Amino acid sequence: MTQDAMIDEWYPVGLFSQLDMNGHRTALMGEPIDVALDAEGNAKVTSGDGHTLPVCVRYGHVWSSLGKPRKELFAIPEADQPGRRFVDVGVVRVRCSPLRAVENFLDIAHFPFVHTDILGAEPHTEVLDYKVEIRQDKDEVWATQVKFYQPQAAKSASGGITTEYMYRVPAPTCSVLYKTCPPRPGEWDVITLFVQPLAEDLCNVWPWMALFDDVTPMTDLIHFQQTIFLQDRSILENQIPRLLPLDPGMEIPTRADLTSVAYRRWLKRHNYIYGAQLVAQ
Amino acid sequence: MKLYDYVLSPSCYKVRLMAALTGVKLEIRPVDFHPGAEHRDPEFLALNPAGSIPILEDGVLILTESAAILAYLASKTAPEWLGSGAPEEVARIQQWLSFAHRLTSSLGGARLHEMLLRPGDIGALQAQGIAALRELEAGLVEQGLRGMRFLASDRPTVADIACFPYVALAPDGGIPLDPYPAIRLWSRAIRGLENFIEMPGIHRLHELKSEPNVEPGDA
Repeated sequence: MTQDAMIDEWYPVGLFSQLDMNGHRTALMGEPIDVALDAEGNAKVTSGDGHTLPVCVRYGHVWSSLGKPRKELFAIPEADQPGRRFVDVGVVRVRCSPLRAVENFLDIAHFPFVHTDILGAEPHTEVLDYKVEIRQDKDEVWATQVKFYQPQAAKSASGGITTEYMYRVPAPTCSVLYKTCPPRPGEWDVITLFVQPLAEDLCNVWPWMALFDDVTPMTDLIHFQQTIFLQDRSILENQIPRLLPLDPGMEIPTRADLTSVAYRRWLKRHNYIYGAQLVAQ
Repeated sequence: MKLYDYVLSPSCYKVRLMAALTGVKLEIRPVDFHPGAEHRDPEFLALNPAGSIPILEDGVLILTESAAILAYLASKTAPEWLGSGAPEEVARIQQWLSFAHRLTSSLGGARLHEMLLRPGDIGALQAQGIAALRELEAGLVEQGLRGMRFLASDRPTVADIACFPYVALAPDGGIPLDPYPAIRLWSRAIRGLENFIEMPGIHRLHELKSEPNVEPGDA
C-alpha cells in the first residue's frame, strides 16, 4: 500500500448537467484540473499539465481521479430503480477536511442541536443502540438499525416520526444514507454526500438524492437539503483540529460515535490519510 | 403577499425575518437560485430586470429592493419599526439602510465566493467587509454611549433588520466576528426578539438554564 492510497479513488468534480465546452477549473487533492464537455458531448477531465484523467458519469455527477482507479465507482442500485426522483443539490464549498465532512454526515447525536426542529429536537436527544460493521465482502463501513425521533424527517413528512437510518461509506470521501421513506414504507430514500477533496482542509461537497416523492416541487427538495447542509457548514468550519484525527487520544468518542470510530479505523487500515491527522499532538 | 425566496439568501431572510417579527403571513415561492440560476430565467427578468431576489408581490405592487420591502411590511402592520419620526432617528435609519448595500456587496460577495463558488476578488471583498464591520461596530458603540441598544433607536427598526443578516453570516465568507463585541451584543439582542426566526448559519439563542439557587452566605 502506498502513501497515497486515496490517489486511486474516484471523486466528484462537477454536475454533469452544468458542464459546457468552455469547462470549469477546479482542483483535486491540490492539483488543478479542468472539467469540460468534449465535441461529442462527453465529460472530459484534464490535469494541469494537460493529461487526460479517468472519467465516469454517474449519479448526476462527473467523477475523476488523479491516479489509476482499480475498480469501478461504487454501486448505488437504487439509482436505477424506476419511480425515484434524482436531486442535484449543487455544490457547497467548506473550509474543512474532506474526511471531517463525511464524519459529520455519519453523526446522529448533533441533530437536535444543529438541525433543531427538523432532524431532531430536545428533549429527544438519546441515540439508541445501533449496529456498525466493516463489511468484508464489499469493503465498506455500514451502520444499521439507527433510529431517531425527528420532527420533520423529510420534505414529504408531516409531523414527527421515528426515522430509521442506514449509513454506508463505500469510498473515503463518500457516504450514502438510507432513510425511512414517509410516502412509501418498505422503501428507503437515498441521500448521499459526495465530497471532492480540494486540499487537506478544503473541499467541495456535492449532496445528491434519489427519493420517492411525487408531490414536492424539485426546488423545495433542493432547498430542504441545502438548509440541512448549511446548518452543518458553520460547525464544520470551526472544528479543531482541522484534520480528522485517526489515532486515539485527540478526541474521546462515546457510544453514539460508533460509526465515526469504524470510519476512522477503516480509513487508517487503508492508509486513506489525505485530510487526516495521524499522531495525536 | 408573495415572496420569491431563496432559503440561503440573506436578503430574502431579511424579508422573512421582518414578516415573522411583525406577524405578516407570506406566501413563499421558492426560487432555484443555486444550482439552477432560475432568477436569471426570462420569467424572472420580466418581473425584476435586475435579476435579483427577493421579489415581493402584493397585488399590483412589485418590490425588488429589500429596504423597500422592509418599509412596506412595517408600514402595513407595525409602523413602530419605522422609528419615532424624530429627525435624527429618521436620518440614522436611512443612513444604515443605505449602508446595508455595502454589507451585501462586501460580506455577501465574500460569502457567495467562499460558499457557492461565485467569481470575485476574495481579498478585496473581505477587506471591504472588514472595513464595513468596523464602521458598524463604531456606530453601535456610539449608540451604546447614547444609551441605545439598536442602530437608530432604543428599539429595533427596519435598519437593524436590513444590516443584521449579512453581518451575522460574515463567518460564511471567512470573516470572523470575534473582534466586534458591540456587534455580538447587538446580534444577541436581535436574536432574543420575540418571534425571531433563524436561517442556516444563524442559530437561535440557546435557552438559558434556570439560575442556580445560591443562598446568601453559601459562598
